[in-house]
Amino acid sequence: MALTRRQRARLGRGVQYAIAVAVVLLVALTADWATIGRAFFDLEVAASQFPGVIVIALRNTIVFTALGFVVALALGLVLALMRLSSVRIYRLVAGAYVEFFRGLPALLIVIAIGFGVPLAFGTILDRTVAITLALGIVGSAYIAETVRAGIQSVPRGQVEAARSLGMSPLRTMVFIVIPQAFRIVLPPLTNELILLTKDSSLAFLLGTTLEQQELAQFGRSALNQFRSLTPILVVGLCYLIITIPLSYLARRLERKYGSAGMPKGAEV
Amino acid sequence: MSGSTARGTGTDDVVVDLTDLHKSFGSNEVLRGIDLRVRRGEVVCIIGPSGSGKSTLLRCVNLLEVPSSGTVVVDGAEITDPDCEIDDARRTMGMVFQQFNLFTNLDVLGNLTIAPRRVLGRSRAEAETTARANLARVGLSEKEHAFPAQLSGGQQQRVAIARALTMEPTVMLFDEPTSALDPELVGDVLDVMRSLAEEGMTMLVVTHEIQFAREVADRVLFIDGGVIVEQGTPEKVIGAPEQERTRNFLARVLHPGQKTA
Repeated sequence: MALTRRQRARLGRGVQYAIAVAVVLLVALTADWATIGRAFFDLEVAASQFPGVIVIALRNTIVFTALGFVVALALGLVLALMRLSSVRIYRLVAGAYVEFFRGLPALLIVIAIGFGVPLAFGTILDRTVAITLALGIVGSAYIAETVRAGIQSVPRGQVEAARSLGMSPLRTMVFIVIPQAFRIVLPPLTNELILLTKDSSLAFLLGTTLEQQELAQFGRSALNQFRSLTPILVVGLCYLIITIPLSYLARRLERKYGSAGMPKGAEV
Repeated sequence: MSGSTARGTGTDDVVVDLTDLHKSFGSNEVLRGIDLRVRRGEVVCIIGPSGSGKSTLLRCVNLLEVPSSGTVVVDGAEITDPDCEIDDARRTMGMVFQQFNLFTNLDVLGNLTIAPRRVLGRSRAEAETTARANLARVGLSEKEHAFPAQLSGGQQQRVAIARALTMEPTVMLFDEPTSALDPELVGDVLDVMRSLAEEGMTMLVVTHEIQFAREVADRVLFIDGGVIVEQGTPEKVIGAPEQERTRNFLARVLHPGQKTA
């Protein structure tokens, strides 16, 4: 074929566009738009979701996620340090923990904590405490690995320099290694926070009062009430209200603690 | 001397005292019995081929590498004693690394103040005063707010020297301080080291800078195969080496590219 390089590139792109347009048209022409409009965009139903979807559901999702993340971060950090410990038993325990909880569906862990712990210890577990604990355990298994990798990526020379100045292992970790590792683990940590936001929907497994509903459950009960899919759209948007700013914040922080190793606002 | 923790009481003012030091990595014996006494104010340069154990020797002095056997006594304290508070002992030794190892998360001032503040418990103001004085000493006062990544290798190494000095060490350990530098940046770092030597700092320098060793050292050690092959004044060891191995090494270093006899 006597096409120039530029002509070939243009032809290739043309074919890709044509395929994309064909797919969009196919979907657009075969879908029942009137029904979709009625099911998903019922303004009356949408309006009835407020303010509950915000003041109860969105709030609960944020509370569960934030609490779960704090527990996950603290536990994950301890587990990461245990995995890097020179004490064999610590390494074994942390390794087993990570393999065990990382391999189980979050759903099983929520059920196990929510129903298992009260049975085992003969106590009543507050629902918020249960979901916090479950999310914390799920998240910590992943965060432990992320943080471990971050700590290990800090060059050995940094530790040697700190130790040679007389800094103890703990001070070296707190003032030198963790601040540097933080920069590296920030993107995967954000990822984990977004995953936890979605996993918080598993709170529905623990049964609930209206006051304790988070987004997903709030949407589901509205679904039954109105026979409309609109609540799904509303709560879906609410999830994005949480997760999209999180991604944005992560990118901002990443830039701030720039890749060149120059944290602009670094406080010593 | 075991168990002695009193400072500065060693005989004839020996600051670093190594006795029959051995170090193995697995089955590879890197140090095979090193004895070395460094007096206060003495500048000792350690030269030798790569893999000869000279860096390992230096790293054993502040226990970045733990010797397999033998003792290390620094300023009267036996730091190879398992009961020795190694963090306390290390404060008396400043270490300068081949790769600078400035803390990348801190600016220059942060690098110089973190240890005085977090280890010695100095106030921020106090630590910064000392830091500025030491920055001036290495000629980098204007860089106090720069981050390591914004500095040239030579500047980073001078900051690293200033950082070690902020702890007011009794002895400075230099591990090939100019080996990672572009040739035109070596001079500034050597100048700083030269002026330190003139101020009477006790220095242990692992180096490939034969000319520097010749000018500044009180004593030169030639190490090969984990033992001290030859030692003495620079005039003797570099100027008129007795050992065949020393002569071959110096020929290779001083006249690279030429065939050795």
